[in-house]
Amino acid sequence: MSQGVAVVGLYVRDQDEAVQFYVEKLGFRIHTDARNGNYRWLTVQHPEQPSFQLGLFAPAPPTLDDATAQAMRELVAKGAMPPLVLVVDDCRAAFSQMRERGVEFTQDPIDRFGTVDAGFRDPSGNGWKMIQARRDK
Amino acid sequence: MAKVRPPKETAGASPTSLDPALLRRLLRAKDRMDAASHEEWPVERLARVSRVSEAHFARSFKDAFGVPPHRYLLTRRIERATALLRETAMSITDIAFQTGWKSLGTFGRTFRDVTGESPGDLRAREQAAAHQPEMVPGCFLSAAHRPDLKIAVSEKRRQEAADTLPPHDESEVV
Repeated sequence: MSQGVAVVGLYVRDQDEAVQFYVEKLGFRIHTDARNGNYRWLTVQHPEQPSFQLGLFAPAPPTLDDATAQAMRELVAKGAMPPLVLVVDDCRAAFSQMRERGVEFTQDPIDRFGTVDAGFRDPSGNGWKMIQARRDK
Repeated sequence: MAKVRPPKETAGASPTSLDPALLRRLLRAKDRMDAASHEEWPVERLARVSRVSEAHFARSFKDAFGVPPHRYLLTRRIERATALLRETAMSITDIAFQTGWKSLGTFGRTFRDVTGESPGDLRAREQAAAHQPEMVPGCFLSAAHRPDLKIAVSEKRRQEAADTLPPHDESEVV
C-alpha cells in the first residue's frame, strides 16, 4: 500500500508513561522517538500493522499555548477524546493477559452481535474498545 | 512533564479548571458506573473510587461532567433499559430489576419522564423500525442513544405538569 493514513496521534499526559504503557502492556513497538528541544515526536506501531503509526503526543508548548494545553489535558483526563478500537483475534485471552499486566479495564468482555468486546483506558484517559475480529463464515 | 499543575483559581477565567489528575480519578468513578449501572452507587462508594472526600465528590463530578453523579447513573440505567427493550424479549419487569430499579412503578414513571414514552410504547416503536446495529460497535451505539438529561427528573416533572395546567390568572403578576 502506497497511499493511506500513516499516523494518527493521541494526546497523552506524559510521553514516558504512555510509551511504557503501549509498549510493555499492549505489545506495541516504538517506531520513532525524535526530540527537538522541548518537542518530542513519538510514535508506536502495532507489531502486525507496519503501515500505521500511533502518535503519542504531549499537549504542550510549543505546539499548543499554555491555556490550550491545559484545556487539552483536562479533556483527555475526562475521557472526552474520540473512541479508539483495537482489533484482536481473541478478546478474552487478550483481556486476561492485559489485565495481568495492569491495564485498567472499564468493561469486561461482553458477547455482542456475534463478536466479543471489552474496554480499557490508557493512563492518560484515552478510551479503547478491544473488539474480537469476526471469523470469516 | 509528569508534574501536574494545580487547578487555577482565577475567578472569571474559564468557568471550571480542574486538576487533570483529579479528573482522571473522577473518570474512574464514571467508568465504574458505566460498567455496573445496575448497582447502587452512593456518594461514599464513588468518592472512594476517585480518592476524594465525600464532601467534594459530587461537586467535582458535576464540574467535570456537567451532571451530578446520581443523574448520570440514571441516564445510564435508562440507556441500558432502552437497549434491552429494543434488542431482547425480556419482560419489562425483568428489565426494570436488571437495570437497577427496586420497583416497576418507579422505573415506568422515571422512564416516561426521561424519554417521553412508556417502556412498552418504546419497545413497540423500536421493534417496528428496521435496524442494522452491527454496523456500529454496540457500545458506541448505546452511547448514541443515551438520554440527554440536562435537568433533574423532578424538575422535568414539574415543568411538564406546569405545561398541562390550565392557564393561570396572571392579573396579580405585575
